[in-house]
Amino acid sequence: MSFPHGSDLETTTRLSRHQGEAEARTLEGWRARGGYEALRRSLDMSPAEITEVVKASGLRGRGGAGFPTGLKWSFMPKDDGKPHYLCCNADESEPGAFKDREVIRWTPHLLIEGCLIASRAIGAEHAYIYVRGEFFEETQVLNAAVVEAYENGLAGDGILGSSWSCDVTIHAGAGAYIAGEETGLMNSLMGNRAEPWAKPPFPAQAGAFGMPTTVNNVETLAAVPMILENGADWYRQWGSEESPGTKLWSCSGHLVRPGNYEFALGLPLSDIIFDACGGTPSGKPVKAVIPGGSSTAFLTGDELDCATTYEGLAEAGSALGTASPIVMDEDTDIVAAMRRIAQFYAHESCGQCVQCREGTSWVVRILQRIEAGDGRPADIDTLYELCEQMTGRTICVLADSVVFPLESSLDKFRADYEARMKPTLVAAG
Amino acid sequence: MAENGAKATVTLKIDGVEVTVPSGTRVIEAAEHVGVVVPRYCYHPGIPTRPAQCRMCLVEVEGRPKLEPSCTLQAADDMVVNTASDTARTARQSVIEFLLVNHPLDCPICDAAGQCMLQDYAYVTNQLESRVDEPKRIMGRDRISDDILYFADRCVICTRCVRFMRDVAEDDSLIVAQRGDKAYIDTFPGRELDNPFQGNIVDVCPVGALVHEDFVFKARSWDMDAAASVCPGCPTGCNVTIDTKENQIVRVKPRHNAAVNSWWMCDYGRKHLVMTNRGVRAELPLIRDGGGDGDGDGGELRPVDWATALDWVAEKIDALGSPGGSAVVSPDASNENLFYLRTLLDRLGVADADFRVPQGETAELPTVPTLKLRADRAANAAGAGFFGGRRADGPPNGSAGGALVVLDDELEGAGEDFGASADFFLYLGTRLPGAARNADAVLPIATFAEMDGTFTNFEGRVQRFHQALRPPGLARPGWMVLSRVLARLGDGEAVDDVRGAFERMAAQAPAFAGLTWDGIGLKGAPAAEAAGVAGSAEAGA
Repeated sequence: MSFPHGSDLETTTRLSRHQGEAEARTLEGWRARGGYEALRRSLDMSPAEITEVVKASGLRGRGGAGFPTGLKWSFMPKDDGKPHYLCCNADESEPGAFKDREVIRWTPHLLIEGCLIASRAIGAEHAYIYVRGEFFEETQVLNAAVVEAYENGLAGDGILGSSWSCDVTIHAGAGAYIAGEETGLMNSLMGNRAEPWAKPPFPAQAGAFGMPTTVNNVETLAAVPMILENGADWYRQWGSEESPGTKLWSCSGHLVRPGNYEFALGLPLSDIIFDACGGTPSGKPVKAVIPGGSSTAFLTGDELDCATTYEGLAEAGSALGTASPIVMDEDTDIVAAMRRIAQFYAHESCGQCVQCREGTSWVVRILQRIEAGDGRPADIDTLYELCEQMTGRTICVLADSVVFPLESSLDKFRADYEARMKPTLVAAG
Repeated sequence: MAENGAKATVTLKIDGVEVTVPSGTRVIEAAEHVGVVVPRYCYHPGIPTRPAQCRMCLVEVEGRPKLEPSCTLQAADDMVVNTASDTARTARQSVIEFLLVNHPLDCPICDAAGQCMLQDYAYVTNQLESRVDEPKRIMGRDRISDDILYFADRCVICTRCVRFMRDVAEDDSLIVAQRGDKAYIDTFPGRELDNPFQGNIVDVCPVGALVHEDFVFKARSWDMDAAASVCPGCPTGCNVTIDTKENQIVRVKPRHNAAVNSWWMCDYGRKHLVMTNRGVRAELPLIRDGGGDGDGDGGELRPVDWATALDWVAEKIDALGSPGGSAVVSPDASNENLFYLRTLLDRLGVADADFRVPQGETAELPTVPTLKLRADRAANAAGAGFFGGRRADGPPNGSAGGALVVLDDELEGAGEDFGASADFFLYLGTRLPGAARNADAVLPIATFAEMDGTFTNFEGRVQRFHQALRPPGLARPGWMVLSRVLARLGDGEAVDDVRGAFERMAAQAPAFAGLTWDGIGLKGAPAAEAAGVAGSAEAGA
């Protein structure tokens, strides 16, 4: 555990079990911990077999959308004669999420191993790890690990003495949240502006450099080696039918013990917040939680009994997202919090789609006015209307990402907004 | 997407109307077949990339949960598209409201007002009231090249300009800078916008964000008249629209012609055309008839009315018979002018007509092979070739005897004695150069912009142009003047309408056999002798 708190809740440290161990960063240390055994095993398997194991494990994309990983790999064309690419999305920038960074920082070889196995499964000849530009230290750690891997026949030509070759390249990101959207990431990788493109073409048809590409999150790829080593059933011992396995949790906000944790999927959210993280430092009740990173819907303090699975949080009206709960205690100003979230998205909108470019900043200006005590009752209707027009109308989901927290905050904390409204002057009768 | 790639056509329903279109057609284009123009900003038929980013062309498709951008959506069998459903309309209306959040609403001083897709769609969608009560983001204006201004606040970031430069002109000097609502169009750091076709970015701009500096604040769209014309800058013959105000050309825009210039034209042609009508013009017929004493010779050139001039010229020509001689013609003269001149020259026994074609730099638009700024700087060298024209170099030689006829050539480099020894020197021109000093008669004619007519382009395509301006003073179209001279000599009728002139040309000149004025239409048609274009030194080059 990278941030070892005493926890009242049992953690299930599988993916993160070597975080915090400095030696695990080196190839020697990583091998001593059983590293690259899964890669060796994968070399004896066909790509289809690898994909089948991952499919059977039920592993879902950890970047936020939760798309089944094995299924995604199976979309890649077979024997099409084209070069295939793997892009590892290490552009972690969702406010609230800081889990991928720890994976890279402590266990770079785990990520490289995961990338290589995935590359083998999808027939990729080159794995690009697109690291968030601000992750300077992490990029250095990863670079050192890639050099070690190349020097020891774990990357490049004839991996582990086999006839299979795959290159690994670390690409430092260009400083935009939208570069974490898969098509934006590939555009950025190709040297273009990090602008998402309208699908089709889907990445598996024509992705990076126009070739079939799969984009996977860091945590997803880091989970692959242990699944391959221990099998799908082993992985399924945790979690639910639809959400198997373990998950890293980045817990932040008003918590006694914020930080990264790894839990089996399916615990009640309240257990994570109160037992693992110790509740609020002030001892005051929790007012609101954004459970999956800032682009997911608000839950109130009364809605925390939901199961922390993809389906459980969806039922509760929010989403698991990147599993990054931001906890707010009773004294939190929801309007200010929402304004700050909206500001982030307005700042990070790539500017292509009108609804997102103009809508996000319009939302910010309305919220700023309300926050300053100059709101009008009609503002709430306007905000609802904007939510409707910004949902499902754009190339990517950045506009939707501001709608989820905004609409839920209006639904659940309407009184907070109304309390800031300027009293309406009523004409004297 | 295409499930059965072998199928040649697909049939779908758009707004209740069934339409069959070729496979691969996008819904936005299929809709045009049933008369539905889906509002659009980023989509432009001449720009190959379709980012689907303006979200204006969203339509509802039965069975699909979300609205789809019709610019990228491929038409498919049994697809049912609704462009006018409540959801689609509301979505479009909201795009307009969003676009107006930061828009300065400076229509009263905007050059695009009246021809603006933002204005138009605001009315179309009935988005005339805004709920925006917040301060606007203000960015101001800048010069994006030495002749184009960028009004950033009006910009809708459709990126048509960036994509024209990048994907049509293959020049990546124009970019979107910054992001979100701070995004604007700029040149790449360290690069300048300096492309011979960059003027087209102004034409593709759907709003008033990009404006040519020589047009800015010059004319309101509703004060302008427009005429379909052809650019005379080089033998390519780009189809254009000439916008005029108070009898001045204020703007030239390319007019679509897939066979010639696609949607574009070069900057040279644009500027050349605007300059065409500048300068001092010949406005009155002049004759040297000895001061009206009736002896018909000597003395000064004096202004007379048309009837006097035409009678006198016809009389002189009649008296000359067939003396032979020489002629100098302009390769910018129209086919009709050249045809009537040739008829007159034949009568005078003059075989050759020299024409000189100035040369200039060439430029190519990489993705449109038919569009090229060609080295020849003349509109109708091919036409001149059809009518016995002969390419010549060096200053015109006017020392021969017999008849000397000049059609609108400025006689650059001609000596003081040019035409002095001719028995009869007839000058028909739009201007009056010094070298015409020895002329016995000067007949003022209209420029191409002041009349109807046709040019023949480098590959023998005969293209119509239409009158955009009134000619100054008493100047009249060359064909009109020459048909009257000939009519006085008993050869044909005086024509007042270009149709009459064209009809006679088509009947008598083999190159134009079978063509009719109406048949050519606004897109042009190949001349009968297109295969052997005589006048162009670099046909097809």
